[in-house]
Amino acid sequence: MATSTLRLVWLYPDLLSTYGDRGNLLVLAHRARARGIDVEPMQVRSDQHVPHGADLYLLGGGEDGPQAVAAERLLDDGALTKAANAGKPILAICAGYQLLGESFYANGRCYPGLGILDLRSDRGPSRAVGEIAGETAPMLGLGSITGFENHGGRTHLGEAVQPLAQVSAGIGNDGVTEGAWAGHVIGTYMHGPALARNPRLADLLLAWAMGINPNQLAPIDDTWPEALRNERFGALSNAE
Amino acid sequence: MSANLSPRAKFATALLRTAAALSRATGRGDGSVIGGRVGLIVEPRLLELLADGRHVVLISGTNGKTTTTRFTTAALEAIGKVATNSFGANMPTGHTTALAKARKAEYAALECDEHYLGQLLDAASPKVVALLNLSRDQLDRAMEVTALAAKWRQTLEASAGQTTIVANADDPLIVWAASVCERVVWVAAGQSWTADSAICPNCGSHLDRFGEFWRCTNCGLNRPSPQWSVAHTGEGVVGPDGRRYDLNLQLPGRVNRANAATALAVASLFGVDPAMAAPRLSEVTSVAGRYARVERDGRQLRLLLAKNPAGWLESFDMIEQTQPVVLSLNAREVDGFDTSWIYDVDFTSLIGRKVVVTGDRRIDLAVRLEVDGVDFVVVDDIKAAIAAIAPGPVEVVANYTAFQDIRAEFNRVN
Repeated sequence: MATSTLRLVWLYPDLLSTYGDRGNLLVLAHRARARGIDVEPMQVRSDQHVPHGADLYLLGGGEDGPQAVAAERLLDDGALTKAANAGKPILAICAGYQLLGESFYANGRCYPGLGILDLRSDRGPSRAVGEIAGETAPMLGLGSITGFENHGGRTHLGEAVQPLAQVSAGIGNDGVTEGAWAGHVIGTYMHGPALARNPRLADLLLAWAMGINPNQLAPIDDTWPEALRNERFGALSNAE
Repeated sequence: MSANLSPRAKFATALLRTAAALSRATGRGDGSVIGGRVGLIVEPRLLELLADGRHVVLISGTNGKTTTTRFTTAALEAIGKVATNSFGANMPTGHTTALAKARKAEYAALECDEHYLGQLLDAASPKVVALLNLSRDQLDRAMEVTALAAKWRQTLEASAGQTTIVANADDPLIVWAASVCERVVWVAAGQSWTADSAICPNCGSHLDRFGEFWRCTNCGLNRPSPQWSVAHTGEGVVGPDGRRYDLNLQLPGRVNRANAATALAVASLFGVDPAMAAPRLSEVTSVAGRYARVERDGRQLRLLLAKNPAGWLESFDMIEQTQPVVLSLNAREVDGFDTSWIYDVDFTSLIGRKVVVTGDRRIDLAVRLEVDGVDFVVVDDIKAAIAAIAPGPVEVVANYTAFQDIRAEFNRVN
């Protein structure tokens, strides 16, 4: 197990932070500290260099204009792509998820993405707004996921990525699958504080960042996150 | 005073008042919305006809519009009768009702929902428009905030004409929207939430900030010199000639001193001497239940409404430093169904206090507080919250419908 401080980097809060995206950084730091793991949460603006050698990178959601600017700066910078190639974990949300793909649409134009994930995003027929839920791939060991989505894009997965989940409520990528996963990179339309509602996803990312198996992480009290998950799944089944 | 109305408009006005009265009598709110709807069906131009010939100010922004409208009304009442939508019904139906109910009022102070500013500019031909601030608010049902600022800018360019804009110099989104207008009075009203204006709304570059100053190094958009500001010491407002007007507000917080500064700036454009207007603002003790103090079983509750991250941060700035706090969160349609924004609020200032959480989405709050290391108790409703707290003063912070639920428990206190 890594003994040094875990460096968590939230990229571009000035551009990509529309729906409580800071929550994911806070949740990861909280869950690490609750286990006595030292963490250094860092916020890196789009006019700063992406740090090399951090242990985990987060990208949030944003409006079209900032999304296009963020993609351009990340392409110029190059450090995030290197980190992905080196197997560093990345969690990317909504606009951040789209820009990790090959291409995405913003302000009616197609922009090149970073190409870290084999997927393409375009515009859907309507905006997807509301609760989203699904069952994750058994290999990830995450069980069900729950979140809130608010996006106009649709995402088409290529051969080199797996869907994060099969959708049971909401739209996600296309009404069938939600999010994508390849290596240690995860993208999702569950926006803002997705990790608050999905503590096992948070722990998977922490384990990847530490180079350990998630079951090597000490258990912590998840009474309230579990209560929130049950409430959200219950609200969806009541609405059916 | 509105000009002579056509028989059709008179009929529409009478029906509006009847519908509003019936709605009130059956206990469904104050009837502003239903009354206005009835009146506008009978005479679609009713709002325009009722506004005609009056001196109107529109007040809009994400936060503080109800309170600023109340302050402005109090100030304008120094010189005449004022029609106002004091119940927070801030769409055209509510405006129509407010004007119909006060046919003799020469002045009108109308709180305006951000999305209806253009419609009201055209219908009410205001003398003054006050623009307070723009920040993220209910994003699952409303526009993202830069898009809203762009819409305002377009609307103002097309329709502001002879209108004077009173605008917040500290909010880059407001400055960008208002700077297309010829006549602008700038107020240093502060900005408690800067995360939505890290980027220049005009060109997308970074804004540099030095204390209260900000500027875009790329396109040059910058903070205009304010004519009005909140005094740095004590409770006061400084006017364009450097003269200080002391405030003795009953409403708490710096944000309400800023709302007062805006109200005084507006009133002075209507010819009210700020020295005469300022004392009138201290007569405002609560606004549609906001800041109201109620008592139950030896607990003295102060009720604070906060609908979005900026509002919650402003509330935390207002509350007494040691008192117990009740937080209540709902996510019904008017609140927005998405609770993600609570992660934009820093709760660490509550560490070490007694905190009780309630509301439909109390478990979201529980998870949020745990992440910030704040100890808390979760209860079913405001009654249980009161029981969970020792007798003495208590601060209550709630979002829109959660606040209305608590108000209902106290006979819809105003």
